[in-house]
Amino acid sequence: MTKSKPWISLSGIGLFAVLLLAVAPLVLTDHWLNNLGKYCCWAIAAVGIGLAWGRGGMLVMGQGVFFALGAYSMAMHLTLETAGDRIPGFMVLYDPLAPLPVFWEPFRSTGFTLLAIVLLPVLLASSLGYALFKRRVKGAYFAILTQALAVALATLISSTIRETGGDTGLSDFKYFFGFVLNDPANKRMVYLIAAALLIVCLFAVWQLYRSRFGELLVATRDAEERVRFLGYDPANVKLVAFVVSALMASIGGAMFVPIVGIITPAEIGAAASILMIAGVAFGGRASLFGPALGAIAVGWGQSSLGSTWPDGWTYILGLLFIVVILFLPNGLSSLPARFTAARRSPDRQPAPAIVAAELEEARP
Amino acid sequence: MSTTSKRLRTLTAMGAVGTTVLVLAGCGARAGDETAGSRTSAAPSCVDTSGDTIKLGFLNSLTGGMAISEKTVSNVLHMGADEINAAGGILGKKIAYVQEDGATDWPTFAEKTEKLLTQDCVAAIFGGWTSSSRKAVKPVVEKHNGLFFYPVQYEGLESSPNIYYTGATTNQQIIPAMDFLASRGVKKLFLAGSDYVFPRTANAIIKLYAAKLGIEIVGEEYVPLDKDDWTSQVAKIVAAKPDFIFNTINGSSNVGFIKAYYDAGLTAGTTPIISVSIAEEEAPAMGHEVTGHYASWNYFQSLKTDTNPKFIESWKAYPNSSGVTSDPMEAAYISLYLYKALVEAAGSFDVDAVNAAAKKNTITFDAPEGKVTLDGDNHHISKPGHIGQINSNNQFDIAWASDKFIEPDPYLESYDWFPADIRKQLVDAAG
Repeated sequence: MTKSKPWISLSGIGLFAVLLLAVAPLVLTDHWLNNLGKYCCWAIAAVGIGLAWGRGGMLVMGQGVFFALGAYSMAMHLTLETAGDRIPGFMVLYDPLAPLPVFWEPFRSTGFTLLAIVLLPVLLASSLGYALFKRRVKGAYFAILTQALAVALATLISSTIRETGGDTGLSDFKYFFGFVLNDPANKRMVYLIAAALLIVCLFAVWQLYRSRFGELLVATRDAEERVRFLGYDPANVKLVAFVVSALMASIGGAMFVPIVGIITPAEIGAAASILMIAGVAFGGRASLFGPALGAIAVGWGQSSLGSTWPDGWTYILGLLFIVVILFLPNGLSSLPARFTAARRSPDRQPAPAIVAAELEEARP
Repeated sequence: MSTTSKRLRTLTAMGAVGTTVLVLAGCGARAGDETAGSRTSAAPSCVDTSGDTIKLGFLNSLTGGMAISEKTVSNVLHMGADEINAAGGILGKKIAYVQEDGATDWPTFAEKTEKLLTQDCVAAIFGGWTSSSRKAVKPVVEKHNGLFFYPVQYEGLESSPNIYYTGATTNQQIIPAMDFLASRGVKKLFLAGSDYVFPRTANAIIKLYAAKLGIEIVGEEYVPLDKDDWTSQVAKIVAAKPDFIFNTINGSSNVGFIKAYYDAGLTAGTTPIISVSIAEEEAPAMGHEVTGHYASWNYFQSLKTDTNPKFIESWKAYPNSSGVTSDPMEAAYISLYLYKALVEAAGSFDVDAVNAAAKKNTITFDAPEGKVTLDGDNHHISKPGHIGQINSNNQFDIAWASDKFIEPDPYLESYDWFPADIRKQLVDAAG
């Protein structure tokens, strides 16, 4: 459906880029720009979820795992950068005499850290995806499995307090690859990197959606058996989408750390992973901009409504979620298309494709 | 031209744009550029002191797992602000407070601290409960040169020019508890705690001091903060046959522990527990099963001081009050009055002026626990040590008291059994 009018999507990405990279730094205070940077990190992960879930039909409920790989890789590097030659303070606290855990050592290197942010999620997602998709694990089973992984990882981090900082997490980073994080100019730079990465991810999935792979992915989502009969292996198609979405979650996590200044297991566990999904569903999982916009909207709601109405905010989110699922199953971004469709030809609705996929998923 | 090369060209163009943006943006300070202080680049404070009110920020978890404890702290801060306002305010300015929700989520504590300091422009922030929340707030208040008043007993080994600690540090709660155990002739001690920074650090200190006192540690068990099942750990306690249990469990996990302990046939008569996180607020949830066990605090509702009756009375009359007073809420109450005393001694709300006033070591407050004095160097206060035994009304009978107020010593510098090299590593790591 986007294929006919590429300029619409391209100018949309352009508009997004102008708003995030030029307008936002001019009109927002440092505090809100930093918050927007945080929402951009969630949005980067959301773009990946849109690819895997919206286009690929894989309900990835545990993106927190990949978010954590990026976030903790970055956090370990920044912790070591701050500590210099010394052992990080929190480790001294728990066991003053033990050395730095061996798996921390390589994260001293900038190159290794950047490589780890990219390669760790790719390796984990490929081996996990290969095992699952070749065995044709899908639907609820896939969702539960990914969710369980997120819970397991969060528990593991919480219980290895000396190695990972446990429930308290890693925080108090002074430098970001040599730049002093306390300097507002550098904070703006970190924001711009996150925003630019979001634009790049949007562009990348747009290209994927337009490609033959994109067609094949949607076909796999809607009728996996038919794709198989046509001679393609749906497992490979899904694997690629899953790996790309994992990579994006990891990039989002990596940028989250210098922007927010702290990473804890709570940000990567079950609740956090579900909140990522909620933003995507809210914005519109199968659309290009829906996931990113949804993630930014949920993030903004959490910051501002959560402030004025701490008790009420989660109820508002829940209510919105129900309303969207009931009346706009393709999210808020399907609103304009719905209006046009209703006006031009009342019998043509853009929704059925996904509903069919949903039914397919429901079958074991 | 083929589509692939077109795409490649677009990608290259995007990459070029991205790089330019970053190069243009990367004009901030680099490592090594900054002078010795860590907040050379902090923006000037935006606190408005021109009107007849002064803005303060209260940052407590009103939602999530810690809400049950932190709502009380939030409430008592509101009560303190009302009292101070009724008496004329601080430097003649009424307190206008901004309440924020930390939501039991440490990054949220960091975000809200930044909001309170840079958007609401508050003169000081009061709140936090878990050490994790304080550790999330610390870099942010240091970056913006703000003030944070932390009201809960904690693991010590920390100090910051931007934080005031009105709860006990280890030598005012953990060490008195160990002295009490030694005075009772305890030989075998078992450590049970929640798995996070406070219990881990507290137990590291306990083990060092126990070695000096000749107390043997016969076991050490941890359970995550949000887990309530202690059955298998209690079985280990039964097998280890200790004389006493040192309990550093926090939150509702205590209810599960005390129940499993009681169900295993262990009582205060056979193997008593000494806790550092069970107070008047928490005890009722554990009913008769906790009766007879001990707790180490500085303040108890049962303390007989000149100021305590009025504090209890005001609290009981305050809307939404729980009806009982406890140590952390008393410490939060102190924090607000301590800030008032600091500002009035400085004659200004300016952070550097407040810190300079603290340095004179003359700031005191007639607290419900007694007259406390602020140590201007480490930003902690002197406190009396008390051990209470839980009676059938879920109140505490005082079983032991320190002979004088204990001066705060967060880095345990006056204790020779605390290894100097560890202290040095910690101080260095804290930077």
